[in-house]
Amino acid sequence: MTVNSENTERRVVSVIVVNEASVLSRITNLFSGRGYNITSLTVAPIPDSKYSRLTIVTAGSIRVIEQITKQLHKLIPVLKVYEHADLVEKEMALVKFPISENLNEISILCEAYNGKIVNSGGNMIIAMVADEPKRVGHFLDAIKRYNPKEIVRSGAVALER
Amino acid sequence: MQISGAQMVIETFIAEGVTTVFGYPGGAIMNVYDEIYKQDGFKHILNRHEQASIHAAEGYAKASGKVGVAMITSGPGFTNAVTGLADAYMDSVPMVVISGQVPMSLIGTDGFQEIDAVGISRPCTKHNYLVTDAADLPRVLKEAFYIARTGRPGPVHVDIPKDVTAQIAEYNYDIEVNLETYKPHIKGNPRQIKKAIEAIANAKRPLFYLGGGVINSGASEVVREFVHKTGIPAVETLMARGVLSYDDELLVGMLGMHGSYSSNMAMSETDLVIGLGARFDDRVTGKLSEFAKNADVIHVDIDPASISKLVNADFPIVGDLKNVVTDMLKQIDKIDSDKYESWRETIINFAELHPLTFHEDSDRLKPQWVVKRVGELLGDSANISTDVGQHQMWAAQFYPFSRPNQWITSGGLGTMGFGFPAAIGVKAACPDKTSINFTGDGSILMNVQELMTAVETKIPVINIILNNNFLGMVRQWQTLFYDKRHSETDLTAQPDFVKLSEAFGGIGYRVTTKEEFDAALKDAVEKNIVTFIEVIVERFENVMPMVPSGGSLFNMMLLEKKETK
Ligand SMILES: Cc1ncc(C[n+]2csc(CCOP(=O)(O)OP(=O)(O)O)c2C)c(N)n1
Ligand SMILES: [Mg+2]
Repeated sequence: MTVNSENTERRVVSVIVVNEASVLSRITNLFSGRGYNITSLTVAPIPDSKYSRLTIVTAGSIRVIEQITKQLHKLIPVLKVYEHADLVEKEMALVKFPISENLNEISILCEAYNGKIVNSGGNMIIAMVADEPKRVGHFLDAIKRYNPKEIVRSGAVALER
Repeated sequence: MQISGAQMVIETFIAEGVTTVFGYPGGAIMNVYDEIYKQDGFKHILNRHEQASIHAAEGYAKASGKVGVAMITSGPGFTNAVTGLADAYMDSVPMVVISGQVPMSLIGTDGFQEIDAVGISRPCTKHNYLVTDAADLPRVLKEAFYIARTGRPGPVHVDIPKDVTAQIAEYNYDIEVNLETYKPHIKGNPRQIKKAIEAIANAKRPLFYLGGGVINSGASEVVREFVHKTGIPAVETLMARGVLSYDDELLVGMLGMHGSYSSNMAMSETDLVIGLGARFDDRVTGKLSEFAKNADVIHVDIDPASISKLVNADFPIVGDLKNVVTDMLKQIDKIDSDKYESWRETIINFAELHPLTFHEDSDRLKPQWVVKRVGELLGDSANISTDVGQHQMWAAQFYPFSRPNQWITSGGLGTMGFGFPAAIGVKAACPDKTSINFTGDGSILMNVQELMTAVETKIPVINIILNNNFLGMVRQWQTLFYDKRHSETDLTAQPDFVKLSEAFGGIGYRVTTKEEFDAALKDAVEKNIVTFIEVIVERFENVMPMVPSGGSLFNMMLLEKKETK
């Protein structure tokens, strides 16, 4: 027999679940109970159906990822589990800047990452970008010098090609 | 018809053919108990602790193959039951457990005896429900029984708020279960089955590795046929005892930490593991990287998550064992049983080199002798439950099991206190068989209150207490691996077990010789009331052979060789 090897990889898993009470905790309990990672998790109802779609970014060896998909499948309210190989992945980020920063430069940067300034108030503006999670990371590095006051990331959503 | 939630529970039990319910009442479940009072469709057994109710339902389920049913109240009633739920989950026992909950209006307010029951039971059940509307109850209960017994069986917990048990709604149980998201795989993939048969035909030293799934799926008969027609030797896990009869020439024995030398060596030397309903537990495999090192693995299991979890399966087959093995039997002519003759001889040589045995070298009785003796006297006529510890391993090693569902033990969780209530459930399911519980002086005290249950309900369980004045299994590890520092395992302080049993209205014996033991057992079987037979046994006996934790199966500590008298 062969024991499975242990190289950790980032993976995106989509889970289609019945929209019912406590289904989310069934999923997160499974991850914490079995010691699996959750890097990010998004969830929203699927339009015109009784299901919701979760997108979970996780990390683990091939063996662990296989177990994650199998264990998810074992949960009674889980309809489908996709472990993506070939996918389109997007994430959104919102960032709050002081209005005194160089809004022009910020705006140009945003555009490079599918975004723009979406709101302005008395002394703050809010910018939004939506791009691949890795690129969102690059954007957040790039805007550091404009003194961002608050940053929120949405977590990734994904669709199989 | 329009009935209350409480009545729905009763109607459902009757519709599901439930004959025995184990439980304990309290505030939140009183409406249901009121309906129990009014009905005579099933029997309710009042255990004296909720944990015992769950274990009794487990024993009932394991011995009968039916879904066990237990009922408890909210808060402490439920939390007392959690160990039982976890035990049933680990050992895949089909069970429906109903608990009361505080009324809906009080949920979330830290009400009296409120606890987030479904939050707690989630990781130790196959599925659970909090029912918020009586109109959902028929569907939920129907699903609960269905989920409990299908696929890989397991406990399902249904939590019902008190006002929902009082609520009147439409009840119709004549409905189909329609779970789009739950469809267990029953049929094995024919291509995979064909490949597996070819692998068996090509193997030189194949070995059946039988697990508790064989019993759960009711596949023992077809598995026996498969083994006999192929002439391939078989090892059993702790949970699979009785799949093959003790006197079957192809049964090598039990493998694992306290498995026989021949079983563990066979597993180490095989070139093809044929795993049926077994899950490569660490107590079985020892050091994983050395386990069946040169073998390919066929793994048949109803639970896809069990396949390639720990050991990579070269031939994975997801399906119900009974189905898959029946399909395999159709291609059996491709397998030539003569081919394995020298392999069978190799295994016999292993067994002759280090047979599973013990030495009668003490003034006191040997615990292994007691187990063997019960086997000689009662054999097939008894069902055997155990608690957890050395006595459990000796029972597994030395009892002559002859049929599936004869052996009832807590394997996955290893729950001390399991044995006595389980044996009550076993007896309730199989009144014609003697119900024996092999227990220890430590374990028996963990559900000793069940003496009252057994006396009241006239369920005559015979508890054989192998008294070594120790938490023996822990003491053994301390002796072997902690330089004999016997920290908190000496049980010199003990009750008078005979009087203890008598105080509840049972009977008791304290025996120190073989003659006394024979007489006590004979007497107990005849008297037919709950019994303690306290057997004073050698204190420092170790369970051998032993694969030290994390060691390789072929590196066993063995019984010292001695001239046998
Ligand atoms: C509820 C619970 N607590 C603790 C343990 C750990 N444990 C395993 S075996 C054992 C000793 C059991 O003693 P006894 O019942 O006298 O059996 P013996 O080993 O002496 O035969 C203990 C404490 C356990 N398995 N279950
Ligand atoms: Mg003991």
